[in-house]
Amino acid sequence: MNVLSANWIAVGRLSDIPRRGARRIQNGSLTIAVFRTANDEVYAIEDKCPHKKGPLSQGIVHGNCVSCPLHNWVISLEDGKAQGADEGTVRSFNVKLDGEDIHLNVLNVSDERKSA
Amino acid sequence: MEQLLAVELGDSYKPNAITAVCGCTDLGHDEVRRLIKAKELKTIPRVMQALEWKTSCGCAKCRPALNYYLVCDWPDEYEDDYQSRFIYERVHANIQKDGTYSVVPRMWGGITSAIELRKIADVVEKFDIPTVKVTGGQRIDMLGVQKEDLPAVWADLGEVGFVSGHAYAKGLRTVKTCVGSDWCRFGTQDSTGLGVRIEKFMWGSWTPAKVKMAVSGCPRNCSEATCKDVGVICVDSGYELHFAGAAGLDIKGTEVLGHVKTEDEVIEHVVALTQMYREQGHYLERIYKWAKRIGVDEIRRQIMENGEARQGYFSRFIFSQKYAQVDPWSERVSGKDKHEFIPMSDLKLEAAE
Repeated sequence: MNVLSANWIAVGRLSDIPRRGARRIQNGSLTIAVFRTANDEVYAIEDKCPHKKGPLSQGIVHGNCVSCPLHNWVISLEDGKAQGADEGTVRSFNVKLDGEDIHLNVLNVSDERKSA
Repeated sequence: MEQLLAVELGDSYKPNAITAVCGCTDLGHDEVRRLIKAKELKTIPRVMQALEWKTSCGCAKCRPALNYYLVCDWPDEYEDDYQSRFIYERVHANIQKDGTYSVVPRMWGGITSAIELRKIADVVEKFDIPTVKVTGGQRIDMLGVQKEDLPAVWADLGEVGFVSGHAYAKGLRTVKTCVGSDWCRFGTQDSTGLGVRIEKFMWGSWTPAKVKMAVSGCPRNCSEATCKDVGVICVDSGYELHFAGAAGLDIKGTEVLGHVKTEDEVIEHVVALTQMYREQGHYLERIYKWAKRIGVDEIRRQIMENGEARQGYFSRFIFSQKYAQVDPWSERVSGKDKHEFIPMSDLKLEAAE
């Protein structure tokens, strides 16, 4: 069995997430926000703003960014970096689309738990 | 684009004097609102295309503004874009600093009952809600509710007739009242009943920014009507109408709109005033700021002196309410937007050994 492919697991379907929206994935105390952009691109970052831990999954999605619902920090979905004058980075995770299915690389996720 | 604006907006178009809505456009709120009407733009993508937005899907500043303008201008045709609303309006609860939510049911005019209070007590115990607080708008706030619990909390509250208090909305919030002629030895009119009537007439309406009202039964003003967005002071000869007060970042006493003799006239004038604000206000601009921009005299002239204008505003508000007065909590108890309240999946992965 291919070790690499074994690290990817299906976490939902594209249609589970509204366009310009997000859904949460829970793993113990870790919450991952999976975003779907207007162009049906999918990104995953930790659901925790680098500013004051606001749940980014609840923000407004525009372009490839999300605005945090607590204080409007704008976070890039691609690399988790705060945009503009704000500084900070939220952890990002690898996701990919296989047709309609969203796959998350859990190697990264498990590492996160172990190190926590 | 410049030409289009000059044609549509005429002499009022002065490009250098405009403060842009956001970085996605050079247009200001007034220009956008007028072009939405003039060119009959009825969706967010249409607005962005016709007005040459510089970004592909806007930002967190312009999208909620455009969504409000379209809800206001085309109440029967526009389909509300929930992804362009801030989270508290999308899930009909107030997000708190720890990511939990607060729940405030409507208590019409601040009146409650044993049945309602018993239900609130039961809900607080059942869902282990950590904080219960009386609000400044005469209602009860349950704070620290988990997002996943919201639909179940609303279902329980709905059993005794509670509906959303819209405590999170850029819309009608509360109508604060005193006990008026029912109980008070100084009360001149039924201020409680009038407050309830106004709230039942106007709940559910979206506005550029929040709208808080109050009705006081006499000039002693126990419901503090003279610092509200709209206030009514009952007097022996009828009702004094006030508006454009503030008691937040700014503090400002109200302006007097005028005097009327009957409850029906109060409703008509207050509703017309609110509709005028709905149609002209910039998104997030409170009534006192709008009034300063438009001019208190101009508002008084249109609402108090011009019966035709007043009737127009009044009937447009009523038309809009046909589509707005749907309790968002019971909709969600019935399954609407289920995806908002449950995680997409729970991995339950063990840490790698």
